Order: sequence, then C-alpha cells, then structure tokens
Amino acid sequence: MTTAAAMPHVGHGEHAPMGFWRKYIFSTDHKIIGIQFLFLSLFFLLVGGLLAMQMRWQLAYPGQPMPGGSILPESMAPGGILLPEYYIQLVTMHGTFMVFFAIMPLLVGVYANFLIPLKIGAHDMAFPRINMASFWTAFLAGGVMLASLFVPEGASRAGWTVYAPLSARPDLSGVLLGQQLWSVSITLLGLSSILGSVNYITTVINNRAPGMTWFRLPLSVWALFITAILGILALPVLSGAAIMLLFDQTIGTHFFDPPAGGQALLWQHLFWFFGHPEVYILILPAMGMVSDILANGSRKPIFGYHSMVFAIVGIGFLGWIVWGHHMFMSGMNPTLGSSFMISTMVIAVPSAIKVFNWMGTMWRGNLRFHVPMMHAVAFVAMFAIGGLSGIFMAATPVDMFIHDTYFIVAHLHYVLFGGSLFALFGAITYWYPKMFGRVMHPGWGKIHFWLTFLFYNMTFFPMHNIGMAGHMRRIYDPTVYEFLQPYQWTNKFITVSAFCLFSVQLIFFINFWWSLWRGKQPEQNPWHDNGLEWSLPNPAPHGNWERVPSVYRGPYEFSSPEVEEDYLPQNRKLPKDPEPPVLTGAVS
Amino acid sequence: MTHAASRSMMGPPFPAERGVDAHNHKLGMWIFLGSEIMFFTALIGSYIILRFAAPGEWPKPGVVLNVPVTAFNTFLLICSSVSMVKAFAAIADGNPKKLNFWLLMTILGGAMFVGIQVYEYLHLVHRGFIPSGAREGSELAELVATGTLPGATMGLYGSTFYIMTGFHGFHVTCGVISMLYIYLTRALRGKYTQQDYRGVEAIGLYWHFVDLVWIILFTIVYLI
Repeated sequence: MTTAAAMPHVGHGEHAPMGFWRKYIFSTDHKIIGIQFLFLSLFFLLVGGLLAMQMRWQLAYPGQPMPGGSILPESMAPGGILLPEYYIQLVTMHGTFMVFFAIMPLLVGVYANFLIPLKIGAHDMAFPRINMASFWTAFLAGGVMLASLFVPEGASRAGWTVYAPLSARPDLSGVLLGQQLWSVSITLLGLSSILGSVNYITTVINNRAPGMTWFRLPLSVWALFITAILGILALPVLSGAAIMLLFDQTIGTHFFDPPAGGQALLWQHLFWFFGHPEVYILILPAMGMVSDILANGSRKPIFGYHSMVFAIVGIGFLGWIVWGHHMFMSGMNPTLGSSFMISTMVIAVPSAIKVFNWMGTMWRGNLRFHVPMMHAVAFVAMFAIGGLSGIFMAATPVDMFIHDTYFIVAHLHYVLFGGSLFALFGAITYWYPKMFGRVMHPGWGKIHFWLTFLFYNMTFFPMHNIGMAGHMRRIYDPTVYEFLQPYQWTNKFITVSAFCLFSVQLIFFINFWWSLWRGKQPEQNPWHDNGLEWSLPNPAPHGNWERVPSVYRGPYEFSSPEVEEDYLPQNRKLPKDPEPPVLTGAVS
Repeated sequence: MTHAASRSMMGPPFPAERGVDAHNHKLGMWIFLGSEIMFFTALIGSYIILRFAAPGEWPKPGVVLNVPVTAFNTFLLICSSVSMVKAFAAIADGNPKKLNFWLLMTILGGAMFVGIQVYEYLHLVHRGFIPSGAREGSELAELVATGTLPGATMGLYGSTFYIMTGFHGFHVTCGVISMLYIYLTRALRGKYTQQDYRGVEAIGLYWHFVDLVWIILFTIVYLI
C-alpha cells in the first residue's frame, strides 16, 4: 500500500523541525490529530446545543418571537417566529450534529487517537497518514453538513434517522439539496470512521509495548478496540445506505420508492443495522474511560477486570442482533419482534455487570473526588437511569405505548448526555494535562459539574413524564393538542432548565480556553495514575517515547502493598518482575 | 537489540510486541476488507430483498445485458488475479524484474476490465437502460411495451444493476490507480525486495477481494 514510505520520522526523537502547517494542521502525529478532533467536535457540540435551544423555545413558547431570533433569515424565522419547516430542520440537524459530529468524534476521534498509542506504548498509530486523512475527511463531512443549513430550502427535514420515503422524495419533504448534502456528508463521515478504525484495530493488535498483553490493557483501550470493530463493520452499511439514498434523490433510482417497487422499510433496516451498533459506539468508549477514572479516584483496582472486558465484548456482539427494537412500530412479524425483544433485554446483563463492577470498585475505596471522578460517578448514576428506561422500551408492548414520545427522548439523552457527555467532561479534564501541559481549574470544574448535573436532570427527567402523557417527538406546537395542555408548564420548566444547562456550559468553555494559557502546570503524573501515558512529559513529544517502555503489570494496581505510594505504574520495574520478551515477529 | 536489524525489514521502527504474525500492512488490509465486505453486503443484501419482494417478474438474464461480453470480462479479471499472484511470487523469490512485468500485466488486465465495463455502460445507456429503468422512447421501452421485459420491475433492475456493478467498477479503478502508483513510485525504482514487499502483498489482497466480489456479482446479476 501507499503508506509503505510513510513516517520516516516516527520514533527517532530526532525530528527535523517542522513548520506550523506540518506540525499543527496537516499533522500525522496521533496526539495532534486527537486535539484537532477535539476542537472540531466541541465546535459541533456548541452548534448542536444552539439548535436545541431554539427547539426548546418553540416548545415552551410556540408562536412567540424568539429572543435574538430576528437575526435568522425570513426563510427560517420571519420576525423571530420559527417556521414549522425550520423547526423540523432543527430537530434533524440537532440529532445529526450531536450523534455524528459531536459525541462520536469526541469519543472515538479524540480519545481513540489520543489514548491508544499512549496507553499501549506505541510511537504512533500504525498508519499515521491514513489517520490524517481520517481527520480531514471528517472535517470535510462536517463542513458539508454545516453548509446544508444555509442552502436554499435549508437542511434535511426527515429527522436524524432520515426515514424513507420522506428523505428520498423531495416532492414529499420539500427539500432536495439539503437532503443530498446530508447523504454526501454521512458517506464521507463513514469513510472517515472506517479509515480511523483500520488504524485503531491494527495498532492495538500489533503495536503494543513489550509486556502489554491483552489482559494488561486498560479498559479504555479495550472499549475503544471493540468500538473500532463495531465501527469498521457498521459504518460501511450506513455509507452504502446513504449512497443508495443519494442516488434515489439524484439519478432517479428506486431503492426506497414504494410506487416503483422499492422498499421504504429497507432504509429502516439498513439504518438501524448500522444504528444499533452505533449506539454502542457512542457509549462503550465512555464506559472504558470511566472505568479508568473510577479506579483512579477510588484508589483501588477495578472490580472484576476480566468480567469488565467480557462485558464490553458481549455488548459489542449483542449490539448486532437487536436493531429491530427500533422498528417494533414499523410493521414487524410478532415472532420476530419477540426475538428482538429478548435479545435486547439480554444486553441488560453485561450492562448491569459493568454498573455493579463500578460500584464494587468504589465500595470502601479511598475516594478522591477530583473533577474527573465526579463526572465518572455521575456517569454511572445517569447511565443506570438511562439503561433502566431502555428496558421499558425493549418490551414490545410497552414500546407501542411510548414509541415516538418524549420518553424516548428522555432515555436517549440520559445515555448520550448523562452517559457519554459526562464521561467526556471527565475525560477532557483528566487527560487535559497530557494534551496541553496544563491543568483545568478544579474549582470552576466542580462548579461546572454541579450546575450541569442539576440542570441536566431538571431538563431531561421531566421528559419521562410528558412522554408517558403522550407528548410526541418532533411536534412543532404542543399547545394545539388538548391532552397536552396540562403539561405545557412542564414544557416551560424544561425549557428554562435547558437554557440554564446551556448557559453553565459557558463555565466549561471559559475554563477550557483560560486553562490553555493560564492553567497550572502539573507535575508529570498529576492524578497519580498507572497508565503508560504518564511516564511521558506533559504534553508528550512527537513520537512519544525514545524507546518504548516495558510493561510489568496491569493498569489498576492502586494501593498495592508492594510499594509505599498508593499507585504502581505499569512500567515501574520491581526487583521481582521478570523482563518481558521483546517480540519482533517475522515479515510474512 | 533485534529491532535494529528488523528496522530495515519492517520499515517503520516499531520495536513492539506483535499480536499476530502479520505486518501492519497486511493486518490493516484484512481489517479494511472486513469493512468492504459489509459495504458490498449492504448493496447485495438490498438487491436480494428488492428482487424477492419485487412487484412482478424480474427481467430475464440476457435480454438487457450482454452476458458473453461480460463473461469475457470476468475471465479477464480472473486472469489479472493470476498475474497478481505471479507478481507476488516473483518478489517473494527475489526477482524484481518479474515483479515489474507481472504487476504491469495486472494493471493492464484491470484497466481493460474497466474499459470494457465503460463500453458496456455506454452501450446499455444507448439502448435505453438507465438507473431509473427503461428510458422513454428507447429500444428497451419498446421491449417493455411488447411485454418482452416486465415494466413493473425495470426501475429496480436498473437501480440495483448500476449501483452494484458501478461500485465494483469504482473499486477496480481504485485498485488500478493504487497499483499504478506503487508500480511507478516503488516497483520500477526497485524498492521492493525479497525482505520487504509489504505493499505488493497488501494490494494483492485487495485485488483478489475485488475479483471475488465480481464473481459473486456476475453470478447474481448476469446469470440468474
């Protein structure tokens, strides 16, 4: 392959000085690429949040001019009053941005890139130039998706799942170019994820440091590895489906066009065949990083390391055979529905194993509530709530009642925001010193955590209630339904909470930027952690180690009786430790 | 250190434990092919579903498509797989000249395949076979009118034919370009040796995969 000539400079520590463009923009360094993904996805997190705020205004105060809404063009909000056509674009693009361009790149693009080589003791990814291509493809995909908001007729109006035939037929949705750009962008994003995943899997299998056996891998690496396997198998299906959709919109094919013999349900099957593994792509890395942070904050070895690994693998496998539970209401053979119901409920088993193991880790630990730890504990609690409400909708009869209501919205935000995003706030704070050589301000970090935790629950918990009362997803104006009149005050309560939730993210935002220049410079191992990454200076140099370290034990040896300190890094050699074999392998 | 010796063999200096007995290029290509399998599964699976649930009979093989020409094209692609194996065996034996020859043969075989496919497409479009079905006023539209071709499924027939064969052709084209690239920038300059021919091995895997996909597509699209 063409990368054979790549990376002459990796791992020598004698790099020729590089210009700004090679070093920070078209970089092949996995750490820089991770940081690039961080800025890109935080930007889209902000955009997605802004779209959500507009939706919340409309739901609480339908038909009233939105404050600041007058800056929007006539085609979106004449006089600041949101049009229904614009509202459904907000719904679509909020979901699309948050799932594909915020949470997914934050978890996988940022932390798979940044952590895998540092934690397994590699100089860089297996294919650094492919890695760079992965970022720039994602950048292009994000640009295309963002541009679709500003084309005539606006962005896609078919929801983030873009169900056919609404998405395939511009005569039904009233938007052509925006929908085409959605398909193009998602195809590109699929390509980006595939390129990234090839790298992550190859690197974890082949480029581990001496002594870094499979069961000495940190759980974050295990989770990212399984996530990459899900990505490599799920994303091409989405890309294939998006291409078919694009052809339906562009060159007149009939894949999803029922009058010409196409199958509207085919889109749902293809989308959710991708979509359910995607759900685990969005949570597994968060689980892995939370495991690392919780063990650190509890100063105890992670409870049940092997069962944690097998739970990750089990979730990864089961994620492939449950996609039908998104389609109980789409017309499904009841027998098939029952099997999807049972397979979905089985996923609760590995998930529960993980939750109990996290609690077991904390139990009688020497807890240190630093900011990442607070976010990690919140992750466990919020994931438990989101996971439990997931079991409700796994049961077909219950799902028929709550399908397409705000109960679903509450559930998915409990796992995506309460789960993934809390874990990400924790992870960003935790590895910030390794990325930028500074520490985020802990005091403001704690204030941000508590306010976020409070307003987050005030925003999303009441959605369970209005969902049970029948409040539909994606409706433009709840006040026109008589049965929803008693719940309009709840909608207002949610909206005010959501505005507060959005506002307190400003604290995080300012803390992030302020700390880049003014943050305290940390000692080399600020959290007293065992991972290999802390054997490097902050920030780590290009190429990481001059010589990769040898690994003598697993990553969770906290409070070990063998040493005075309460942590025992993976690369610290005790007199009794044998030197691990260096395997170079044969070219075959 | 053994890795000093291995560095020249391995290219990038990774003194790392190797999880499997395959270098990164080979492992990475296998993983990438896993995603390619899923991509073609999405297309072929959709074809199977659409065909079995089609509102009417599927067009008979050979009415629209020219099977003998494509059979020849299939033979050509299989031959190029054979020449790929010869190229790989040549460099494994330490014979870069033979590598260059067989690599060039493979590139030519792939390019001819794409050329014939383009010719086939042009011919089909000329006869009125387009992705949305039979073009109005064309030769195929008349066949639909006379009942030789089923009107209800022509749209699906065109959709699935063009997406499957088109994306396969796209993959062959990418393969030809990649092989041309390594041929010009590496093989001709003698950069492949008996010790290090990872690039040839990786592109060879890709090429055999593309060949295999075509055999499946030829069977399900042209023959049944």
